[in-house]
Amino acid sequence: MESRNARLGLQLFCVYLLLYGGFVLLAAFSPATMETTPLAGINLAILYGFALIVGALVMALLYGALCQGESAASDSAAGQSANAEGASAASTQEDAQ
Amino acid sequence: MIYEAATEAVVLFLLFVGFTLGLSFWLGRKAQSSAGYFAAHGQIPWFVNGIAFAGDYLSAASFLGICGMIAFYGYDGFLYSIGFLAGWIVALFVVAEPMKRLGKFTFADALDAKFNNRGIKFAAGISTLVVSIFYLIPQMVGAGVLVQPLLGFDHWVGVLIVGAVVIMIVVTAGMVSTTWVQFLKGSLLVVFSAILTWMILERGFEVKSGGGDGHEFRRISVLRQDIDSPGPLAAMSGWDVLPRDGSWAETKHEFVRLKQADTGQVTAWLVEETNNAANVTLVEAQTRVAQNGQPDLVNGLEKGIKAGEPQLHPVGWVKSLPDGQQKTGPLSMPGFFRTMQQSEVVVWRNEKVKAADGSTTTVYYPKTTPGSEVLRPGEHPKFAGIRGEDIKGKLNFLSLMLALFCGTASLPHILIRYYTVKDESSARKSTIVGIASIGFFYVLTLYLGLGAMTSGAMDVTDSNMAAPLLAKSMNTWLFAAISAIAFTTVLGTVSGLILASAGAVTHDLLSSSFGWEMSDHEKVRVAKISSVIVGAIAIVLGILFEGINVGYLVGWAFSVAASANLPALVMILFWKRVTSQGVIAAILVGMVSSLGWILLSSDTFETVYGLPAQDAWTPFTQPGIVTIPLGFLTLIVVSLMTKGHQSVETA
Repeated sequence: MESRNARLGLQLFCVYLLLYGGFVLLAAFSPATMETTPLAGINLAILYGFALIVGALVMALLYGALCQGESAASDSAAGQSANAEGASAASTQEDAQ
Repeated sequence: MIYEAATEAVVLFLLFVGFTLGLSFWLGRKAQSSAGYFAAHGQIPWFVNGIAFAGDYLSAASFLGICGMIAFYGYDGFLYSIGFLAGWIVALFVVAEPMKRLGKFTFADALDAKFNNRGIKFAAGISTLVVSIFYLIPQMVGAGVLVQPLLGFDHWVGVLIVGAVVIMIVVTAGMVSTTWVQFLKGSLLVVFSAILTWMILERGFEVKSGGGDGHEFRRISVLRQDIDSPGPLAAMSGWDVLPRDGSWAETKHEFVRLKQADTGQVTAWLVEETNNAANVTLVEAQTRVAQNGQPDLVNGLEKGIKAGEPQLHPVGWVKSLPDGQQKTGPLSMPGFFRTMQQSEVVVWRNEKVKAADGSTTTVYYPKTTPGSEVLRPGEHPKFAGIRGEDIKGKLNFLSLMLALFCGTASLPHILIRYYTVKDESSARKSTIVGIASIGFFYVLTLYLGLGAMTSGAMDVTDSNMAAPLLAKSMNTWLFAAISAIAFTTVLGTVSGLILASAGAVTHDLLSSSFGWEMSDHEKVRVAKISSVIVGAIAIVLGILFEGINVGYLVGWAFSVAASANLPALVMILFWKRVTSQGVIAAILVGMVSSLGWILLSSDTFETVYGLPAQDAWTPFTQPGIVTIPLGFLTLIVVSLMTKGHQSVETA
């Protein structure tokens, strides 16, 4: 499960890297393109910038959904062990007090 | 500028800060063990931790620095927003879960999980300390900026107050209260920024010819021959043209100084060429003269300290709107940019003139800029390189954007937040919540910055002041609320950073590297003592770096973090042949090279040492594009070289 998540993370990372790299290279080597107004009178720099921010959130949600969906069985087991951990942590907290 | 404090603003501000401190003390009672002090027992709910990420991350730099840079230069500040957010993608997809799996208290734990090597703990501890202190500078500068307009104190008083309060928070509380305080501030900051954005859209744009104090800036048509010879100005009776002597003859832009014959007041004017070579337009500028041992002069008069006395005029307004409109009324979110794209905005630039008597005059002059230029990248002098032909300017830009991308996942105070939740799934979920709230805020920064640019309330001397002054132009209560939130955000970020440094000193340096035997309680005590020392260092640096855009300073912290920490972090996760020597070498080389690069760059030469920029040793100012790959390369080469050696050791 860990390696599945890690692989998914890397794939999504590469997609975002391409998007971000595209933005940075476009700004550096063709700033004039960034000034064009392809949609609703708003220039490409703003549209692309907003897309990068919204895209990050969409991909983060996608990652969250896929990571949980694929391992429903192991998830409950993990949940139990986490509860156990939580209980032990709570008891140490009481000890401290 | 000098600002007068409004009583209700001060009251609201003190209530808010008092509440935060109270909360902090109340929660702090619970955290006596080191697990509680450094990692809140791993008991923080993921949603709260996610918003606390936003609270940690949306520091003075995001709020003050980015808004200020957008307010003065337009789109360029937004590049930081984009880069800062993109960095979270690295944190979520690559670093979050392994960090949670491997570590216990500090980032060094995770790096060292495989090796159990003192050297790694030492190197990682030092780099945590360096990055945290670098990141503390802009936070402390930001704190001074916030206190100044609100309470009317000097910059250094503000820095001192923040330092003292933060040290108190950290010493009494630790990670539990830091987290809850961050949660509170993170949510309030986002909510109030949204309210401010809504108010900007409701207000729309209005054509003006001056700032909020009602001063109308003048434009006078004169004959070129009139200003080329000293003496009475024909077009304006009672005004004399002063000779263009000394440095005034060598300015980049052409200025002329006029003296009012009756009062003796000297003002500076920008000379604008017209289509006809015989005529020029004089555009009213503002001046501030710093003289040795005498009070500053503003616009030719002795600078006042109370309301109504001479001050620089607030600036920033719309000069013309599309279709000859005078006022737009409420605008939609896309409509805001569409209107701006076709408008003309007056922004202010400055130039320094040194006189023979040792006084320095800073001339602030208006520059009418088409909205289409305000909304494009490359207007800020640091980014102007992307419009030129010189490859160095482009590399500098790429370098910064790379450092922002790689920096987030390497910041120690962000990384320790992964130890406050219970498991990997919570680490993931809280990162997603963090991305949502931070992303939403960064979308708003463009509205806030451009709203500030056209608010008529900008202080020409300090771009960091833009966001609070924008709020002040709306109403005093909002200004008090925004300042209080921003101020506590600084408090929270600073306490997070100091906590990260204290953790590094206690666990990584003293306990693991130098082998000090400490009981749990002693560890907490040592951490508290180191908090006080780091806090004191931060106060001093915060006073020294006054006036540099805090967003820009944060860019440097990101470069150092990314160069020192990222190569080791990533390679340990994805390459099996990493050796402990490789990790140590990569951290040290990345840290020293990026720090050295910054200290030898033209920016530091100019703003910190006061030396000419062209004497700098480095070809461009942002180190990332060279030093991040250098870190990776060092790690790979040293790991390969020491491979055999280590297998003998383990056998």
